[in-house]
Amino acid sequence: MSTTQPIREPQAAPAPGGKLLEVTGLTKHFPIKTGVVFQRQIGAVRAVDGIDFSVGAGESLGLVGESGCGKSTTGRLITRLLEPTAGSIVFDGEDITHKPAVKLRQARKNVQMIFQDPYSSLNPRHTVGTIIETPMRLNGIEPPQGLKKRAQELLETVGLNPEHYNRYPSEFSGGQRQRIGIARALALRPKLIVADEPVSALDVSIQAQVVNLLQDLQREFGIAFVFIAHDLAVVRHFSERVAVMYLGRIVEIADRETLYARPRHPYTRALLSAVPEADPDAVERRERIRLTGDVPSPIDPPSGCRFRTRCPKFAQVLSEDERTACMDQEPELTDRAGGNPVACHYPETVELS
Amino acid sequence: MTLSTPEQPADLLPAAASFLDVRDLRVHFPTEDGLVKSVDGVSFTLEKGRTLGIVGESGSGKSVTSLALLGLHKGSRAQVSGEIWLEGQDLVALPEHEMRELRGTTVSMIFQDPLSALHPFFTVGSQIAEAYRVHHKVSRKEAMERAVEMLKRVGIPQPERRAKDYPHQFSGGMRQRAMIAMSLVCDPALLVADEPTTALDVTVQAQILDLIRDLQEEFGSAVIIITHDLGVVADVADDILVMYGGRRIEYGTVRDVLKQPEHPYTWGLLQSMPDIADDVGRRLDPIPGSPPSLINLPSGCAFHPRCAHKGRVPEGICTIERPELRPVAGTDAHIAACHLTARAKQEIRGAGPNDHRSTP
Repeated sequence: MSTTQPIREPQAAPAPGGKLLEVTGLTKHFPIKTGVVFQRQIGAVRAVDGIDFSVGAGESLGLVGESGCGKSTTGRLITRLLEPTAGSIVFDGEDITHKPAVKLRQARKNVQMIFQDPYSSLNPRHTVGTIIETPMRLNGIEPPQGLKKRAQELLETVGLNPEHYNRYPSEFSGGQRQRIGIARALALRPKLIVADEPVSALDVSIQAQVVNLLQDLQREFGIAFVFIAHDLAVVRHFSERVAVMYLGRIVEIADRETLYARPRHPYTRALLSAVPEADPDAVERRERIRLTGDVPSPIDPPSGCRFRTRCPKFAQVLSEDERTACMDQEPELTDRAGGNPVACHYPETVELS
Repeated sequence: MTLSTPEQPADLLPAAASFLDVRDLRVHFPTEDGLVKSVDGVSFTLEKGRTLGIVGESGSGKSVTSLALLGLHKGSRAQVSGEIWLEGQDLVALPEHEMRELRGTTVSMIFQDPLSALHPFFTVGSQIAEAYRVHHKVSRKEAMERAVEMLKRVGIPQPERRAKDYPHQFSGGMRQRAMIAMSLVCDPALLVADEPTTALDVTVQAQILDLIRDLQEEFGSAVIIITHDLGVVADVADDILVMYGGRRIEYGTVRDVLKQPEHPYTWGLLQSMPDIADDVGRRLDPIPGSPPSLINLPSGCAFHPRCAHKGRVPEGICTIERPELRPVAGTDAHIAACHLTARAKQEIRGAGPNDHRSTP
């Protein structure tokens, strides 16, 4: 990124340490209906089932988990692309949970999104310039230097040639398109960016370029991030705090040092042990925790602890008596005798080697 | 063989017959814009029971190579030359009807996206049974029994019931298992897996890699795994072939290539990966620029426009002369194509305390 930044106006950020985004009991159930004329609901996909977390100004929170755990739905709820079933979302001191779309525009200016697929998230019939200018047009923003100039500045910020203003997305490679998506997200100078798997469609060498760019933007403009990804190594690199999701709930949340060195939930341990490493020695050293089977259906999650059907600890370590708690009581996400919040009745204590 | 071929690299000399011996494979596609040289002189060998990992970015020619192994370029406009010797037969010269006999029984493939590789209209069981009936004269019922047996072998619970399900009723990991069952139903001697785990979660990826490894032990087949993830290769492969712009740039055992990488591109790949045990403050070190156009490869070393170390080679040779694959001193089968002298590489690597991961 060029160091001669023309856009450097300070953000009207809330007091340092203050919470920018506060999510409580957030729930999204997608109804399953039957019948042709008279529809009745026979169940619900409980995609997100009561989660609490907060993001401070300028902070980056990572959201990880397997596909189907509800991490993308969470991202779409925060940006209010989906209407929450229950719970509340407070952004910058303002409750936006059920705000009607007309009144949302102000809040949306401050919350932007970067999508996973750089091929389907840009309109192929619009030029790059139009794509980046549209958010400003819609919000009636007239930059003092003019829309075009501002769009070109943004292109420069994300490391693209400003002369490419008139080109179409098809003329760019995957990594460059992702940069265009980032420029569009920056256009309104948001306080929070929800990045949904922003690098998983890119080649490794390009992935590193985009991660570095996002990191620079975060530091320079003090933007807070909700970084959704399944790649634990990338999340660790980018986010100061990480929340692990399983079947619509957060099972563990901690700052990255703690989470990666002393994970307490058996699921976090299993996820970490499955990350492939490009070091033959590490491959030999490591003991992999095998998770069998697939994630259960979110329509009818297991009773008690949702992870128990795949939990290696439940299957091999716990006694019959101890298992009753896992089967009957859903573990709350609490501190449990010191340490970071974890939703497990029998959290691990040993540090990872 | 084309005239422009430079001197044959050391490992192309006649050797003891291998199970699979690919020699100077070229796959070119004529297009309106010019000739796309997707694969340009790739050679490797593979023995039964071993696994080769082919690594590279998109557009490096790794998938096109794998399609050539199955003869899937026959009947298209692609110009294939070179030799692919598999158990004494040259697959490049083989006519389509004979190649068809080999597909499934001798060479088989696992595709990246099982949802588009499986037919949505037929049950999973019937698709596997069909693959079996193409090569074996058995009744529908027997073939179905075989399909159920294969589903069981790849770890699908309740295989009798699940065989009657359609692909959309399977989860991503299960579909990939079904694909594997289908590709193994005729006991192929060579299994080509093109990005078999890219679309999957890490936990499921670990399961599938375990499965491929177990099945390989059981059937003794040779496996080629194509991926962009060096972590996957480190996990399952014995040998690594690194491709760039349709050519080989580094080839050797997993330990040699990952512990002592010799090519700046391989360094770049390793450095741009965030590591789970790394210092979090370390900035990722991406390879600048993007992969080259296959119509107009850069002159000399195809990697030179993105290479940070070309300045160390005198007289700009990197931009003029294409480096040959040369054996790396002190190893048996590790070769790399780079003009940098061993001494220069030592200096570059020596800039950090221990290995290639340290940033200079």
